[in-house]
Amino acid sequence: MLVHSRTGRAASWALFAVLFVPLFAVPLLVILAASFSTHWSGAFPSGPTAGHYTAAVRGESLQALTTSLVTAAAASALALTLGTWAALAAAALRGRGRRLLDALFVLPLAVPSVVVGLAVLVAFSRPPILLNGTRWIVILAHTVLVTAFAHQSVSAAIRRLDPMYEQAAAGLGARPWYVLLRVKLPLLLPSLGAAAGLCFALSMGELSATMMLYPPDWMPLPVLVFTATDRGSLFTGSALAVVLMATTLLVLLAVSRIRTKATYR
Amino acid sequence: MTSGIRFDAVSVAYGDTTVLDALTLTVEPGEVMALLGPSGSGKTTALRTVAGFVRPRSGRVHIGDRDVTDLPPYKRGIGMVVQQYALFPHLRVDENVAFGLKARKHPRAEIPGRVAEALEMTGMAAYARRHPRELSGGQQQRVAIARALAIRPDVLLLDEPLSALDAQLRSGMLAELARLHRELPDVSILYVTHDQVEALTLADRIAVMDRARLQDCGTPQELYRRPRTEFTASFVGNANLLPVRVTAGGAELAGTALELPTDGAAPGSSATLCVRPHLVGLGAGPNALTGRIAEVQWRGATHRLYVDVGGHRVKADVRELRETPPLGSEVTLHFAPEDAVLLAAGVNDG
Repeated sequence: MLVHSRTGRAASWALFAVLFVPLFAVPLLVILAASFSTHWSGAFPSGPTAGHYTAAVRGESLQALTTSLVTAAAASALALTLGTWAALAAAALRGRGRRLLDALFVLPLAVPSVVVGLAVLVAFSRPPILLNGTRWIVILAHTVLVTAFAHQSVSAAIRRLDPMYEQAAAGLGARPWYVLLRVKLPLLLPSLGAAAGLCFALSMGELSATMMLYPPDWMPLPVLVFTATDRGSLFTGSALAVVLMATTLLVLLAVSRIRTKATYR
Repeated sequence: MTSGIRFDAVSVAYGDTTVLDALTLTVEPGEVMALLGPSGSGKTTALRTVAGFVRPRSGRVHIGDRDVTDLPPYKRGIGMVVQQYALFPHLRVDENVAFGLKARKHPRAEIPGRVAEALEMTGMAAYARRHPRELSGGQQQRVAIARALAIRPDVLLLDEPLSALDAQLRSGMLAELARLHRELPDVSILYVTHDQVEALTLADRIAVMDRARLQDCGTPQELYRRPRTEFTASFVGNANLLPVRVTAGGAELAGTALELPTDGAAPGSSATLCVRPHLVGLGAGPNALTGRIAEVQWRGATHRLYVDVGGHRVKADVRELRETPPLGSEVTLHFAPEDAVLLAAGVNDG
């Protein structure tokens, strides 16, 4: 323990509360309070109602939630596949080739997502690959954005993976494909789960690139939250935001349960 | 079918560093060959060239009649056990043991029987449904051996298999390995270790390695009784190595004439006298050496005396003494002529 004395520990908890509560907890609590309110004239929102939630889980809102879930699931699956593939390929390389491949996949992290959105828009707005106006362009942009995270966390896990397992398997007569499927991927499963959760959460919350790309029939929930508050419907927007947050949390919780099951040591 | 291992001038280098220098060695079918040496001697590298994890810069490796030098590890048909066991943590014990059989597409119906047999042989049948993390180090090692044996390899590679176990467990496992080899007399075993006791106990022959080179090779008795190099003499059994001058009937150490077999060494030449500490006795006798006690260590059943004889330190392991001689007192040591070996000076670089 970093701090030993009783008063020291109390003081550090107090400091933590002072920093954490206003910065992280209060804004989220305010959103939660606003989502149950009809007006906000004093210090706190008032006029309790559950009406915004009734609206938030039907019609356009429900469709936006489904859109977000499908987009995030598709983008995470694609990103995980591509990122893992690239990480495995990079691990087999040495020196410059490895650094180049790693840098290429990390690039979207360094580029603002608005720029990625614009790049995808410009690149796929004319033949031969015309994706503009379809849902695929949104999924593609999300995939580009989150693959970097998948690649990073999986390649870190591959570096930690002891080569003795691979060698033991090869020594027992397992071909490289068999080793990948039966030894390496199962051992990487916890990290793959973590990467999937991260990609999913990032995709669920993506707004800036999506704003430039989404077609009318494929509007993810963050866009709806933005337009609702932009119109001045703060309470509806808050309810949508809470739904977005709760859904993401539920999915992450489910993923982490799988991860716990997949942790061996 | 039985097959041995043949190293044919195998060299391995990383950049400018040679880690294995032209190793030529044959492990006969069904033989246990220990590769014994300190760390960095190239013994593990030699084993890994057989497994296929290290590619020789030059030379060929044969398993039986097959030249396996260019084969990937999965085509070599070897069983291997490493120091850290490398059991697959996500698979249960029986799944670990079945791994090699499944990977080789062994007939599915025969797998459970082979797994049970291998677990039975290593005394781990009761633990088949456990995960490796639920086993002790010794049990994990047994499973690793069962996993290697399940594929019925002609060649078993053991890389310091006991060094992660504590001393008591180690001697038990050593006996187990000896029993396993009696049950599987056709399997050739290459056993890498830095522990001379393991090598002496288990091996039919020992290859002594140092600084990337094979120093000596022979049966444990040969190496122990008649080492050919100073390195072997000191690494196996920690012998006394004393510089002497060869005479007509023996040798001369610091002015004392000694009687011992010279094996044709030219009188007047320099040589190294090798005699085991436990073969040096206290008191008068043949080949008496007089010196002063420099240090006394009590080792339970024995006392180890360090005696300065004419500027050379002689180690003697004697039965526990009732009264330990005081430091600096004069004592006489002796050894039988047939217990001494003369080594030509300079052969340790060989």
